[in-house]
Amino acid sequence: MTLLSVRNLRVSFDTEAGLVEAVRGVSFDLGRERLGIVGESGSGKTMTGRSVLRLIRPPGKIEADAMHFDGADLMAASEAEMRALRGRRMAMVMQDPKYSLNPVMNVGAQLTEGLRQRDRLSAGDARRKAIDALEAVQIRDPERVLSAYPHELSGGMGQRVMIAMMLIPSPDLLIADEPTSALDVTVQAEVLSILDGLVRDRGMGLIFISHDLRLVARFCDRVLVMYKGRVVEELAARDLMQARHPYTQGLLNCLPRIGGSRGPLPGLDRNAEWAR
Amino acid sequence: MEQSDIPGHQAPLLRIARQAGATTAQLLVTFIGLLAVTFIISRVVPIDPVSALIGERATADQIAEARLRLGLDEPLWRQFLLYVWQALHGDFGLSIKTHQPVIQEIARFFPATLELSTLATIIGVLIGIPAGVLAATRPGSLPDQIVRLVGLMGYSMPVFWLALIGLLVFYGDLGWVGGPGRLDASYDMMMEFEVTQYTGMVLVDTALNGRWDMFANAFSHIILPASILGYLSMAYISRMTRSFMMNELGQEYITTARVKGMPERRVIWVHAMKNVMVPLITVIALSYAFLLEGAVLTETIFAWPGLGRYITDALLVADMPAVLGGTVVVGAVYIGLNMVSDLLYRLADPRAR
Repeated sequence: MTLLSVRNLRVSFDTEAGLVEAVRGVSFDLGRERLGIVGESGSGKTMTGRSVLRLIRPPGKIEADAMHFDGADLMAASEAEMRALRGRRMAMVMQDPKYSLNPVMNVGAQLTEGLRQRDRLSAGDARRKAIDALEAVQIRDPERVLSAYPHELSGGMGQRVMIAMMLIPSPDLLIADEPTSALDVTVQAEVLSILDGLVRDRGMGLIFISHDLRLVARFCDRVLVMYKGRVVEELAARDLMQARHPYTQGLLNCLPRIGGSRGPLPGLDRNAEWAR
Repeated sequence: MEQSDIPGHQAPLLRIARQAGATTAQLLVTFIGLLAVTFIISRVVPIDPVSALIGERATADQIAEARLRLGLDEPLWRQFLLYVWQALHGDFGLSIKTHQPVIQEIARFFPATLELSTLATIIGVLIGIPAGVLAATRPGSLPDQIVRLVGLMGYSMPVFWLALIGLLVFYGDLGWVGGPGRLDASYDMMMEFEVTQYTGMVLVDTALNGRWDMFANAFSHIILPASILGYLSMAYISRMTRSFMMNELGQEYITTARVKGMPERRVIWVHAMKNVMVPLITVIALSYAFLLEGAVLTETIFAWPGLGRYITDALLVADMPAVLGGTVVVGAVYIGLNMVSDLLYRLADPRAR
């Protein structure tokens, strides 16, 4: 069953330096599965994710032949309809909790905001739900975290708070945009396994955006490789080692391997031809 | 899991109180520094305090007696300690012009300035913040252009010109507002004898006495100068609000709020505004302090018996005790406002606690 279907998505920015095309015709379908989008900085992977939520800031412009989410036409939806979808059915976890949490509101206020404003829950009920959500991301003393401010949390804690916040309304689609890139390596694995467990248990569709091809392959069912705003290769995660596209191979080879050669890592090969 | 990384954030008010204590000590040092500056000024200006006090044709005995009375025979450091001691007790000496204690005169003049600047700041905040937000949320739009143009005019038009034109149009031609002064002449006497003066601020005192007829008259007099000063303050506040707000709207936590499905109104006025308030508190406090000390021209044009005019008049007749007393009061107000804005800043920003 298709949850999200995107046809020929284009994102462009009309800047003073001319038209910048960040995404140039991306198409994909997503069921209740885990799709990875991989590429280097500027490949358009983040813009692809945010277009689905229609959260591209002006002067950015989203165009697509079609973009449907569970029967809803995302291109034709009004802003109010988009807000209802965003609040309840689609969510996004961003890269760095240091910036994605509001620094002057405490965690409790941010976690319960949706429940209070949108679902009109009482303060007590919202608080109980927030505590449940924090327990679901394995935070042991949720009471204390609720009254903390973001700067009082470590990166790993902050990202768990972020995941808890986004999963409170039980969305059908979660976009995780480099959710572990800003975290320490030791914490990365923890946060990933929490995310993995929740997505699996709740049967959500997941778009996992990362520059780390191996991580994505371990975590996802399918992988899109993007280069300069285009999908250059789409393949099942288990077939990653059989990747044919030279850019994908390049992404694989430019990471160090334990026990591998100690010589300089190969640079990433870029060819203007691939971007055509 | 790492749970121990939340520092004890209990009793933030207690922490703020402790910091307020430290701030107070700091301010006391600043205040003594201010006194040192005014003290030095009083000793280096080429105005002889003795001859200013008793006139140039005094006898040698009279001069010696006056020197003794002013403590001028003491060593300089003792003179300074005496000065600090007296200043801390609100004693700035007698005005040379009126032979009244300076502190009493300031107590009469300062409320007029306080009233005017406060109303002006309220006008500036109530219009400036929404205007800045409106401009920031629609950059490049017509409302943005208007806000920027009106703000630029506020920056660049001389206040005395605005004040004169304002008087000409709204008082002279249209007759919408009262003219110069704080009240009509007929009310001036009543103010003196029929109204208990609690604060020295006409609007507050007439309201406390239930004299709404006088309140209305006072309001018609204050509204024009307050609007003109409020316009200057609005120009500054709207411009800063616009730039702070644009900066905050570009932050990632704004995207988070939108992802949560929050309406734009809430994203701007709750999520972004709470962050904008942090630097804006300082901006508002500075513009308030600026009005408190710098409304000389406006006070002159509107015959407003305020502190700016008091100091200027004293300066023109070389009434040094009055000038220095006024300077110290202005400085003290400045220091006090700094402390208040510092406290508010800490309340607004948990990271600063």
